Order: sequence, then C-alpha cells, then structure tokens
Amino acid sequence: MKKRIQDTDMEKVIGYLLRYGVISASLVVLAGGIVYLYRHGHQLPAYREFHGEPDKMRNPRLMLEAVMRGEGRPLIQLGLLILIATPIARIAFSIFGYLLEKDYLYTVLTVIVLLAILLNF
Amino acid sequence: MTILVFTLILFGAALVAGLLGSLTGLGGGVVIIPLLTLVFKVDIHYAIGTSLVSVIATSSGAAAAYVREGIANIRLGMFLELATTAGAIAGAWLAAYMPTEIIAILFGIVLIISAGLSFARLADPVTSGPSGVLAAKLRLNSTMPTAEGKTPYFVKNVVGGFFMMNVAGIISGLLGIGSGAFKVIAMDNVMRIPFKVSTTTSNFMIGVTAAASVGVYLQRGYIDPGLSMPVMLGVLGGALVGTRVLTKARTTSLKIVFAFVILVLAVEMIYNGIAHQI
Repeated sequence: MKKRIQDTDMEKVIGYLLRYGVISASLVVLAGGIVYLYRHGHQLPAYREFHGEPDKMRNPRLMLEAVMRGEGRPLIQLGLLILIATPIARIAFSIFGYLLEKDYLYTVLTVIVLLAILLNF
Repeated sequence: MTILVFTLILFGAALVAGLLGSLTGLGGGVVIIPLLTLVFKVDIHYAIGTSLVSVIATSSGAAAAYVREGIANIRLGMFLELATTAGAIAGAWLAAYMPTEIIAILFGIVLIISAGLSFARLADPVTSGPSGVLAAKLRLNSTMPTAEGKTPYFVKNVVGGFFMMNVAGIISGLLGIGSGAFKVIAMDNVMRIPFKVSTTTSNFMIGVTAAASVGVYLQRGYIDPGLSMPVMLGVLGGALVGTRVLTKARTTSLKIVFAFVILVLAVEMIYNGIAHQI
C-alpha cells in the first residue's frame, strides 16, 4: 500500500517538472526568437545546403557568451537545451524516487538509460 | 522570402501539425520533415534535427498530463527504454553516414507503415489471463484507473516487445521522429497491454528516446535555432489547442483525411529520394 502512494507522489512531482520545464524552455526560445527576428528577419534563409551549426550554437559556454553580446539564436539554443534537459531531469529524478522506494532493480536500470543518454553529449 | 516570412509560415504549419498530432496521435515529425524538405528545400539533416526538437516538446508536454493521471506504466517504459535508447543512438550515428536519398526513401516507407498502424483500429487486446514470467520478475504488471476503479492488467511477451522497441528506437534516431505508432503496437499487440496504457507509456518513452539521439544531433550540428524556434513553439501551441478540442471533435473523418495526406507526402518523399532530388 505504501509503495503505491509513493509512486503517485513521485509521478506528481515529475508532472510538474515536465510542465514547468517545457514552459520555461518555451519562454527562453520565444525571447531568443524575438531577438533573432529583430536582427535577421529581413535576411534570406539559407538551409538548402547542410553546413552544420557553428560552435556558438552547440557549445553552452559559447552560447552564453554570445547571448551576453545580445545575439538571438544562441538564446534560442539555450532554450532548446532547457527543453532537452526536461526529460533528462525527469529520468534523474525517478532514479532518486526508486532509491527512496528501495527499488534497486529500477534504480540501476534507470541509471543505465541516463548514462546512455548523457554519454552522447 | 525573408526569414521573417519563412519563420511565420513555419510557425503556422507547426501549429497545424501540433493540432493534427494531438488529435490523431501521429506526431509532428510526420508533417514537419516533408514540409521542410519538399516545400522549402531545406537539407534533410536540418529537417530531422528540427523534427526531433518538436518530438521532445510535444512528448514532454503530453507526458506531464498523462503521468499525473497515473495511467502510463513508467517501469515498463523505463525497462523498454534500454532497447529504444540503444537503437536511437545507433540510428543517430547511422544518420550521418547514410545518403540523404536513402533517408528520404526510408522516411517515406516508415510514414506509410506508421499511418497504416495507427489507422487500423485493432480491437483492445484481451488483458486478463496470466502474466509472462519475465514480466512478473521485472514487476511490470500494474493497474490502470477505470470506471470500476483500479483494474489490474498483465504484460506478456517481454522479449518480443523489447526487440520491437529496439527497431522503433533505430527508426527514431535515424529519422528524427517519435515512432509512437511502432511503440504502441509493440505494447498493444505484442505485449498485450490495454490501449490507453500503451499510448500514454509510448508518449512518455518518446521523450526519453528523443533525448538519447539529440546529443548526437547537437554534436553534428543538425539542430538549427532559426528552424527549431517556430516549429517548437508552433507544435506546442497546436497540441495545446488540440487537447482542448479533443473531446468535442469528430476525429474519425479527420484521421481519414490525415491518412490520405500522409500517403501523398510519403510517396513524394520516396519519389524525391529515388530521383536524387532530396
């Protein structure tokens, strides 16, 4: 009985995590989008050939530096990082929850999945 | 066409994609990728990157609602994620080495299969009966809230489901889509889980699987802010509206129209791939 209660408690927090993660990511992306359109809206899009994104769009530290300089696209990328962090934070949190429930099988299982994800960044 | 106009059109299209996605269950990637590649001639690598972003957005948004209702089977989802994330990482790596024409053709084929799977209304599988041995050992069996209160259900065929999830993961990593249709079929028909549980668990899993490939996509520079921004916001907005409308709309006729549109898009993608125009 107690286990079921802890399950739903965990799920409630996860629900909030997801919701507020998506909301904050959206706000940052929107802000970045407005700056981006203000600065580049009159230019022409160039997506026909694949060049790969420059480093300041892929490296968080460079992103932050570029945002401080007032650039819009790195701010969008930061927002996307928040979005991406949301399901990852969710997984990390559920590891914590399984530990609390003394569910060691699923603690280990979830850690493996989390590691697989993190090692690819 | 300027960036501003392009962005606004993308946003509008993503709104429609998000709306359709939430009403029919077929994700945004299905519309976003053909739209970007066929209409705007965007390189397919940017397209799959953008699609993956939209997949994470809608999955996290939807999962927030379903998890709170206690329908999704998180342990099952996590266990299957071992297979899906492995597949997604492999698929994401493959995407770098596969010629774009092949990616386009594969996408078209997967599109047709996905549409077929989600529109074939298969009867709710029999959920009573003994659980699989592995399922019991892994504590995958659970209950779902119904009109009669919490009804238990059992999971069977864990190994079969595991393999199918691996395939779904590879598809997701390679094409930047959610592969929700494959995941639902794996849980629904192979593992004999109630439909509502399989769809909500699939939604939860899609976000995790997408997070697995996104690292590779980011590294390789597939994720572009100018494209991701309108698509992410549009798809979320559309899904938000969709969930309000969901209870009132006649989704059957909508699904038929959607199926037809998807068929056309799939054929176009395959044709363009074969003709080396993509």
